Amino acid sequence: MSQVAENNEIERAEKKRLASSSQFLSFTLGNEEYGVDILSVQEIRSWEPVSRIPNVPSYEKGVVNLRGAIVPIIDLRERFHLGHGHYSALTVVMVLQAMIGNKTRVMGVVVDAVSNVIDVDKKSVQSAPNFGSKVSTEYINGLITVNGRMVMLLDVNKLLKLDGVDDDEN
Amino acid sequence: MSIDMAQFHQVFFEESFEGLDIMESGLLNLSPGEPDSEAINSIFRAAHSIKGGSGTFGFTEISDFTHVMETLMDEMRDGRRQITQAAVNLLLGSVDCLREMLFAVKEGQAIDAERVAEHKHALDLEQQKSGSSQQDKSLSAHEPLSNQAHQSDSKVIGWHIAFSPHTDLLKTGNDPVRMFRELSVLGELEVTADFRGVPDFYQLDPEECHLSWNLVLKGDIDRAPIDEAFAWVEDDCDLAIQPLYQADDLSLLVPGAENQVSANRAQHPAAEHVVQAGVSKPAEISTPVVIKEKAPGDEAKNKGSTSIRVDTSKIDTLINMVGELVITQSMLSLIGEHFDMSKQDQLKNGLAQLERHTRELQESVMNIRMMPINSVFSRFSRLVHDLSNKLGKKIDLKLIGEHTEVDKTVVELISDPLVHLVRNSLDHGIEMPDERVAVGKPETGTVTLEAYHRGGNIVIEVSDDGKGLDKDRLRAKAIEKGLLDEDAILTDKQTFELIFMPGFSTAEQLTDISGRGVGMDVVRRNIQALGGNIEIISELGKGSTISIHLPLTLAILDGQSIAVGDETYIVPLGSIIESLHIKEERINRVADKGETFLLRSEYLPIIRMHEIFKVPNVKTTKLSEGLLVVVEGQGVRCGLFVDDLLGQQQVVIKSLEANYRRIEGVSGATILGDGSVALILDIPGLVRLANQ
Repeated sequence: MSQVAENNEIERAEKKRLASSSQFLSFTLGNEEYGVDILSVQEIRSWEPVSRIPNVPSYEKGVVNLRGAIVPIIDLRERFHLGHGHYSALTVVMVLQAMIGNKTRVMGVVVDAVSNVIDVDKKSVQSAPNFGSKVSTEYINGLITVNGRMVMLLDVNKLLKLDGVDDDEN
Repeated sequence: MSIDMAQFHQVFFEESFEGLDIMESGLLNLSPGEPDSEAINSIFRAAHSIKGGSGTFGFTEISDFTHVMETLMDEMRDGRRQITQAAVNLLLGSVDCLREMLFAVKEGQAIDAERVAEHKHALDLEQQKSGSSQQDKSLSAHEPLSNQAHQSDSKVIGWHIAFSPHTDLLKTGNDPVRMFRELSVLGELEVTADFRGVPDFYQLDPEECHLSWNLVLKGDIDRAPIDEAFAWVEDDCDLAIQPLYQADDLSLLVPGAENQVSANRAQHPAAEHVVQAGVSKPAEISTPVVIKEKAPGDEAKNKGSTSIRVDTSKIDTLINMVGELVITQSMLSLIGEHFDMSKQDQLKNGLAQLERHTRELQESVMNIRMMPINSVFSRFSRLVHDLSNKLGKKIDLKLIGEHTEVDKTVVELISDPLVHLVRNSLDHGIEMPDERVAVGKPETGTVTLEAYHRGGNIVIEVSDDGKGLDKDRLRAKAIEKGLLDEDAILTDKQTFELIFMPGFSTAEQLTDISGRGVGMDVVRRNIQALGGNIEIISELGKGSTISIHLPLTLAILDGQSIAVGDETYIVPLGSIIESLHIKEERINRVADKGETFLLRSEYLPIIRMHEIFKVPNVKTTKLSEGLLVVVEGQGVRCGLFVDDLLGQQQVVIKSLEANYRRIEGVSGATILGDGSVALILDIPGLVRLANQ
């Protein structure tokens, strides 16, 4: 009997913890560290050559064949104006998915390296400071400190919106 | 135990809407005076299941309404009622009304009671009046009196019910005792059992029901609750419900099961009330109308388009093929296990087999998506029926080749353009009956919808025998609208094509049916978006034919791969006219920029692929070192300057927009043999891009 009660107790505590916290996958771009909700990460792949798409912003690198689906790849360094990265076999592509409108969109995001899975207590998330027009914080959901380093938590749904495609939907 | 009925609502609504479609198309196929038992039966069945379902879910308004329709159709089915155009129109109207009711219930809105009452009243009237009209037409002494007529008499003091269940009634879980108990709540019930049907003890199967009953239910009772009590067993019994009147001698009205038919033969007035359910025997009822049996197979019409229903045989083929593929695969892996050069021939054979199976598999998978164009065609019967009434014209719709199979996507997308074309034919093409007679044509005009395969295309033709297009008027109109120069010389074909220009409408009067000037150009654009084209042939006074050519499937395309720099693109083979080397002397420049190529006395604009797509590392920018692919799209010809031609192949079209965005000049993407992605070019889009 007491065993069952104890189990229930543990379960309840677990649930409570899950409700107030969530897990993020952190990755680096240059010297900066970012995080995305781990549930939006579909898979992690290594960089492979893309088919270039004509007449699109330069951070949209092109499309790849992901098991029969055509998936665009965007370079986050370029999107965040952090300069060009050098692509090698060690470069990582995170395949993210998000609901945009009422459709699921899958997109690959090029990052320098994936570092860790971090548990984030929702209470410890700070909102992003406002830099005015100097620094755009539109993709940033909040900030959190992990091991003394600042990690910027990104809003995947906003991140996967493309210029010129989803503007009119809003 | 309570069951949440709401979970079944969705299914009920889906089925009911499907049922309404069946009723609609069935009604349209009924020709007055010539009852087709199969068609009426299918309408009846649909109505019946809507009634049953709505009763179960407690949508009483719907079940009551359907009941009135059902009664009317039941009489038609048994041949006791002549099928008149008026009755069919009335039933069609009721189908619409029913659809609105269902929709209202589905959306949780209130049913428009006024409209329902109006329709119900019209149905009641029809039921009463048709008796006399039938009498006029037939010499039969048959005297139908409708239920409603009796009901309105209001001196009903009770009901006599002859209930003789079929032997398997008990096996379906129905218990007569429970039904009688239900009836006894309504009024004073007298039950007399009839033992005559009970067999010898040794032949008796205790699970079968051999009894029949005569019930007399006294009191001022409506018929509806009585029907309800029997609603579930209607198909499993012979049931006769007759009202009792003050003056009626009860002893006359106690017929056994056999007496029903004889009562029918004797043309007793009460025969009208025999609800023949389950085994109806139309032949035994003396009627002036001939029942035509329709060949089976025609009934599989009108399938919904939200999901695909696949023929089991298609799936069987598929399974066989997958089996073959697995065998080939295991054969190949066996060869690969201990491979040496002596097995090279075996390997080659195996690979050839693999290729064949893969191709076959691909074909049969594509085949699953194919559905008969009928699902589009069948909705035109209603359109033509309604519009010809509205316009006061007499029009026959002929459907040819409605079993032609097309890709589901095409079926979905072709519907709207076709509606437009058919409306045009009805409104502008076919003349008024008196005009037609005046020019020596039959009073009734014909609009034909035809579908057939030609090559890798499906051709859909909409033709009418109306007045045709007036070339002079088209021309005058185009000049007036400023779409054409006064001195332009046009071929017949070019003149007809004027109607596809935006903002062109020759209709003198704008009707709410067509002629708003936003028509044919949209139709043409939609069809071109599907990769097809549209042509018009017309002869003044004789009629016009509009033919639409569409690719059979939108998922696979014959493509030519071209190389530009390190990149590969696919050009749809259908839009390529020819490919050639460029000779320097044939290049002319306009204002030193726009390059043209002289091909058979035609100056083709040259589109440099590497420029408009900003391709890096091109092999050459010198025109004479590359190739020119002459392409045509939306009537515009141009030359694409590319590095090289690679090869022809069938490509599977993948959407770029699913995860990404629309790219000007690109219609989609495909995956090449090496797994990389190549873009499929959209010629009209490229031309637009080049002009920017």
